[in-house]
Parts: sequence; structure tokens; C-alpha cells
Amino acid sequence: MTETTAVAPPPTPEGRPPRSTGDKVRFVLRGVGQTLITLGLVVLLFVVYEVWITNLFAAREQKKVTQALIKEWKQENALALPGSQDPSVRLGAGLGILYIPRLGRDYHFTIIQGSTIPDDAQLEKGPAHYKDTALPGQVGNFAVAGHRVGKGEPFLNIDKLRSGDAVIVETRSYWYVYRVLGQPTGQNPQSVHEDVRVAQGGTVSLPGREIVDPSAGRVLDPVPDHAGLQPATALMTMTTCHPKFTASHRMIVYSKLVAKVPNAAGLTMPASVLALYDEVSA
Amino acid sequence: MYVWIWRHLPGPLAAKLLQTLVLVALVSALLLFVIFPWIEPHLPINQVTVPGKK
Repeated sequence: MTETTAVAPPPTPEGRPPRSTGDKVRFVLRGVGQTLITLGLVVLLFVVYEVWITNLFAAREQKKVTQALIKEWKQENALALPGSQDPSVRLGAGLGILYIPRLGRDYHFTIIQGSTIPDDAQLEKGPAHYKDTALPGQVGNFAVAGHRVGKGEPFLNIDKLRSGDAVIVETRSYWYVYRVLGQPTGQNPQSVHEDVRVAQGGTVSLPGREIVDPSAGRVLDPVPDHAGLQPATALMTMTTCHPKFTASHRMIVYSKLVAKVPNAAGLTMPASVLALYDEVSA
Repeated sequence: MYVWIWRHLPGPLAAKLLQTLVLVALVSALLLFVIFPWIEPHLPINQVTVPGKK
């Protein structure tokens, strides 16, 4: 309590007492303390931004691109000849719609046509297709990247998928049903494998899920992890970050096409596809 | 800094409180909608792709 012992010096012309050394130290310490508290609050606000605000922006982008896609499909359906193929898709535009019954009835994301490596702008709109990989339903490897936390977080709960779980991709012409690799079904897909037929003959064994280095471009190979081989079936690869919030690894989920159902002009989900939801709700 | 700002806000207590809220909102908005979106791509978080191949 220096105030009680110190005799107040006469006021300076500015009307303030001159500062003692103690005052200066206190001033500096208070400044440092306030700066640290401020920085702490800024970091907290950044977390709010990352897990919440980015979702608001992303939801708006996703809605726009979905509406555009549905509108386009309906127009094309009005004009299309029976049996016509899916047209090529512009970068940044919708390509198809992803449904994953395990993640809930309201889970659906329009997949964006991405670049060779999907960029931030594309990924903010939704999960994005590596454009040089196969298209949905095509024999080859249809590869899609998606955010894990924030930015719409389409792949937030992708670690909840079990082997054999359905992954559905709707395009204008078909509903493609993929299933996460791994036998037996219902297991942690990282611990089980499944044989996939290869065009060169024979099979290779692939896991349902793996955690890889960020540099592992091999997961996008037509037969993942097996450069030079071509699959005899349509495969799908989903990539996201792992663990959540980091860039240290990537989580990769593989699935295989098991069925395709023509998409009627009304774009309603066929009964055989709807039935896939009962598998996981039971 | 905060003390300095508080002292320089004009008006009675209620007015000062109101101005404080406005200032906090302004700073938050600047961070959330300008600074964070600008800084975020440079941070090593949330990278979800692997190198693509032709």
C-alpha cells in the first residue's frame, strides 16, 4: 500500500503527478497482461469462427450449388432423350448428390466438381471430386475430398462408417450404391479387408479405411495403393483430415459399387435405395 | 489500453456501456469476416486432400 505512506508530490503543470519507477513497472505489466488476455480472446473467437461461422458460409454455398444442380437436372430431364449419359460438369458446379444412411436421413451433400486437387473455394461449397479420377459409377476410382471440421463439415463423422455401409451417389441418370469395403460387414473398416477384382485378372485385398500421410496420392490410384493396376469394378475413395483439426494425416474410406438404379425424371429416391436407410436404423 | 479507451468514451455510464458493446461488435466482426478468412488458408489446419494425379 504505497499510497498510504508516500507523500503525494506537487501536481505537474499537466495536472498529473510524475510517474515513479513502480508506476512504470505496473503500467508495463498491465499492458502485457491485457495484451495476453486479448490474444486469448482472439484465439477463442477463432475457434468460434472455425467450427461455427464457416459452416454458415458453407451452408449458403452448398444450398446455392444444390439448387442450381436440381434446376439443371429438371431442365435436362425435360429435354433429354432416354438413355442419354450424364453430361460433363463445370469446375465448381454440382456433379451429384451424396447420401450416407449411417449419418442420418437428413445427411446429403452436393458433390462439387473440383480441380486435380480440389481447392479451398471448391471445398467450401461441399465435398469435391478430384477431377482426374473416375466419375460416379464409372469403372475406376471416383475420389472425393471433404472437410472434417467447419466449412459445412461433410465428412465430420466419416469415422462412424462401418464396413458394408451404403454410400449413395445420385446423378441425373442413376442412383449409384457403393458399400464401404471390408468383410465381414458391420466392423471397424480399418480392421477388415475385401477382395476387389482387377482388370488384369485376379484380385487385390483393400481395407475399408486407412490413415495415411498427407502426401499419399496413391490412395487416388484406379486401384488404391496399387499403381499400374486397373479395377474391374467402380470404386470410390473419400479423403478428409485426421485427426480432427489437424493436417498431420488423412483419413481415407474406400467403397465399391454394388448397385445402380435409374433416376426417374421426378428425381425421387427409389424404394430400393430408401430401403438402405432401414439397415442402419434397426 | 482498455482503461484508456474507457476514459475517453464520452457521456454517462449507460452511454459508455453502449459504446463499449458497439466497439466489441465492430472488432469481432472485423476478425470474423475479414481477418480470419484471410489468415485461415495459411494455417496448417483442416487440409483434407492428397496430391491428385493426372
